[in-house]
Amino acid sequence: MIGGLEIIIGLPLLGALVVLLLSRRDTVAAWVGVAFGSATLAGSVVPWAATIDDGGGYVARSDTAWIRALDVRWALGLDRLSAPLVVLTALLSWCCLVALVRRAPSCGARPGLVALVLVLESASIGTFAALDLIVFFVFFELVLIPMWFVIADWGDEHDPVGRRRAATRFLVTTVTGSALMLVGFLLLHARTGTFDVTELPSRAGQIGAGTQVLVAVLFLLGFGAKVPVWPLHFWLPDAHSKAPTVGSVLLAGVLLKLGTYGLLRFWADVPDGAVRVAPYLGALGVVGIVYGALACLAQTDLKRLIAYSSVGHMGFVLLAISTLTEQGRLAANFANVAHGIITALLFFVVGAVKDRVGTTELAGIGRALYARAPHLGAAFGFAAVASLGLPGLAGFWGEMLSMLAAYSPAAALSRSTYVVFMVVAGLGAVLTTAYFVVAIRRVCQGVPDRDAVGDVGRDEWVAWSPLVASVLALGIFPVIMLWSGSASALAGRR
Amino acid sequence: MTQAVDWVAIAPPLSLVIAALTALLVDAAWPRVRVLAGLVSLTGVVVALGFTMSGRNEARSTFCFADGELPTSCSWLVDDVTSAWWLIMLIATALVVLLLWTAAVSGELPAGELHFLVLASAAGALAVAAAQDLITLLVAMETVSLPAFALVGLRRVDRRGAEAALKFFITSVVATALSLLGISMVYGATGSVAAGPVAASIASGNAVTPVIGVGMVLTVVALGFKVAAVPFQAWVPDTYVGAPIPVAGYLSVVSKAAGLAGLTIVLVRFLATYVDTWSTMVGVAAALTMTVGNLGALRQRHIVRLLAWSSVAQAGYLLVPLAAGGLPEDVTALQAYALMYAVVNLTAFAAALAVASWGKSDLADCMGLARSHPWIGGSLAFALLCLAGLPPGVVGLVAKVAIFRSAVDGDLIWLAVIVGVNVAIGLVYYLRFLAVLVQPAASDVAGPAGVGAHDEDDHWAGLDRAVPWSTEFVVGITLAAAVVLSVFPGLLFSAIS
Repeated sequence: MIGGLEIIIGLPLLGALVVLLLSRRDTVAAWVGVAFGSATLAGSVVPWAATIDDGGGYVARSDTAWIRALDVRWALGLDRLSAPLVVLTALLSWCCLVALVRRAPSCGARPGLVALVLVLESASIGTFAALDLIVFFVFFELVLIPMWFVIADWGDEHDPVGRRRAATRFLVTTVTGSALMLVGFLLLHARTGTFDVTELPSRAGQIGAGTQVLVAVLFLLGFGAKVPVWPLHFWLPDAHSKAPTVGSVLLAGVLLKLGTYGLLRFWADVPDGAVRVAPYLGALGVVGIVYGALACLAQTDLKRLIAYSSVGHMGFVLLAISTLTEQGRLAANFANVAHGIITALLFFVVGAVKDRVGTTELAGIGRALYARAPHLGAAFGFAAVASLGLPGLAGFWGEMLSMLAAYSPAAALSRSTYVVFMVVAGLGAVLTTAYFVVAIRRVCQGVPDRDAVGDVGRDEWVAWSPLVASVLALGIFPVIMLWSGSASALAGRR
Repeated sequence: MTQAVDWVAIAPPLSLVIAALTALLVDAAWPRVRVLAGLVSLTGVVVALGFTMSGRNEARSTFCFADGELPTSCSWLVDDVTSAWWLIMLIATALVVLLLWTAAVSGELPAGELHFLVLASAAGALAVAAAQDLITLLVAMETVSLPAFALVGLRRVDRRGAEAALKFFITSVVATALSLLGISMVYGATGSVAAGPVAASIASGNAVTPVIGVGMVLTVVALGFKVAAVPFQAWVPDTYVGAPIPVAGYLSVVSKAAGLAGLTIVLVRFLATYVDTWSTMVGVAAALTMTVGNLGALRQRHIVRLLAWSSVAQAGYLLVPLAAGGLPEDVTALQAYALMYAVVNLTAFAAALAVASWGKSDLADCMGLARSHPWIGGSLAFALLCLAGLPPGVVGLVAKVAIFRSAVDGDLIWLAVIVGVNVAIGLVYYLRFLAVLVQPAASDVAGPAGVGAHDEDDHWAGLDRAVPWSTEFVVGITLAAAVVLSVFPGLLFSAIS
């Protein structure tokens, strides 16, 4: 049976095949990519709308036997937790594909990169849509090889050895994590007898407390390597600084979300274990917020700075997840989507800067972007203030809601601990403001010390405008996301 | 006393033996028509495969004897597990015969002897999977090994080959001697060498336990040698490099499968009572084997040497389901993994053979292979992904999931975690190889120094030589199998059950 989700997963794959087999010319390949990306984006909105209409269950489900011997079923479906992330994936992939129409990657051939972006899109959507643990695992792993190629072969043109090392470090860390996650999945199956994501939460009672803690820890390590949770973040700055622009966008905007989504989704299967491990996750998240902010202040490279800021933002998401409340799930999902959009925009802008001046070093970029390229400077300023959490933009609500959630964690958790977390997170938010303001001062303001550079082109506006619009829309009407997200409340969770 | 022999039960190995002898005879009779021996042996394997498939789903035993008060015991049992092993071994043997085709036809290796030795060894491997008593098992294991020594040393003018054969031979003989000692101890302690009586004697507690324990450990040693489990892995890299590449492929797949089949029989049919003891032992051996194999592979720059170390690591993964207790679902996981491994590992060896036919042997020589020779290079890349267990090589991933599942269901979480870490270590070298394969041709990366153009001429010298059709055929058919199994991984499990 071919359902709607198979179509959204299959379209980009088909697109990748078409690009690889038929498109010899760069622009043709890019346009083919855009066509398939647009179709997928349009298709992804349908189940999202359906989840809002629906009472909160899973929509667009399909379920057929896949590997009988392992009790694995090809089961897909979306609920209000996963549907927004699918739209986010399709949107960011679309932006990446549009960005590739006029601008060639700095090294490597364009058709290959277009195809890899499409494969990444397909695999990520598949991961969010999987309703069987093993199918989830297969898609989760399918993301890795394309991303490895994107970083290793299309990355920093000045450093072929470094980009390969960064790519391999990313891959090895994630695979170690995902192997632990697989062990967790199989433990769940050994105790409950099912890989069915929709069934598992209701069977949590069949799992002993010790096993629940073990599984929760395995998930923390497994998904934590992907998020990344401090101190497992060591691969992230290198991967981001060596990746091409579209690679960074998808890495930050989509791949990190696979980790937080996994925690949100699968910790619910081991509630007793999650309660025991959650304070540690909260603590690691808060450390990540402060550490990310301090590390940012020390960066001289804009891409590394954004990478470390991601560690901080993900810290807020982790803090929200660790509260184990419905409000926390809501905040985490909101912060997830907001971070995806804002960081994608930041990486696009920084990529555009790199196209023009050839570097992302602060010293190499020079000052006064406002004067040298007004629109580009404005775009950077906008993305930066969105990221630091200016009220009225999307980033604000993510941080705000996370801290609010930490103010009243689940009853089984120690409230005083979480209030301390909240205060430290607030401090981190202040530091975040500091480093982005410093970055804006260094890059955008001041007296021009070198020549003007080309301003934002029309194609770039096309690629960025959905992101700018989303940042504004989510900032002014957070209810869009809260409403569809609140939802996950009704999705059969506790 | 005359015995009734169930010819159907022994038909597959028998057809291999007949084909082996015929190959030798036709080659002696018509030495100029070198293709004959290959045709005969391929026919033999296909016939054996046919007998195996038609005989599935019914258990048959033969060579039975009743001895006074002891219950009737049979030396030969063909059940679902045996048939699945036969399927794996015969498919792999057919592929190896094809890989050897060109070497035999061109006269590089003596056609008659070559095919005779391969089929004789394969017949031994089939016998291992059906053996139900320790003597049959030992004789079968030796039937696998003795022709293999000759195969390894078959290259007429290659000193490395002779040295490799000698190393292989000495290690193997020591292992055999130890296991003979072990068998005699088991016989002394239980009064039997057949599976049923030995297991019954152990279960009843009448046997002298320490003697049986030592005896069984020694018996397992010979099998550990075949599987190339630590500490018997040292012969592998030199032997694989010294042997003709298809023979190395044979050792890594068929000979290893024979070892695993034998190990399964000894552990599950003879020693089921001691499962707690040997489960830990096999688990530790599995963990050490995969770790040593992966760490060894990290430093390799020679294609076959890398594949040799990788096959040691894979042997470690293959031992995991046995460590989990060797229950029926564990054996299914083991065989599914073995089938996957047989197919993709032979893709890799076939590709190595193609590269060797251009006179190349190092990783560095494969630079850009996936671009310059998409067929060979692309297949090799896919095989490496399957061995690493990463999508798009889904079949490798699913087989690994089955292994993990055995470990977790057997409550061996520690082993599952070690497997996970090893999968990550393995990635480093599989990906390094993959990166070399997909790298743009040398001139693109040589940079401003301008040495690229000249080097590249040199680099691809000899690449205009065509790859033998039989090698290309093996690459193609194994790739097709791996791709189909990646889309429908369920087929992997239905093939062996």
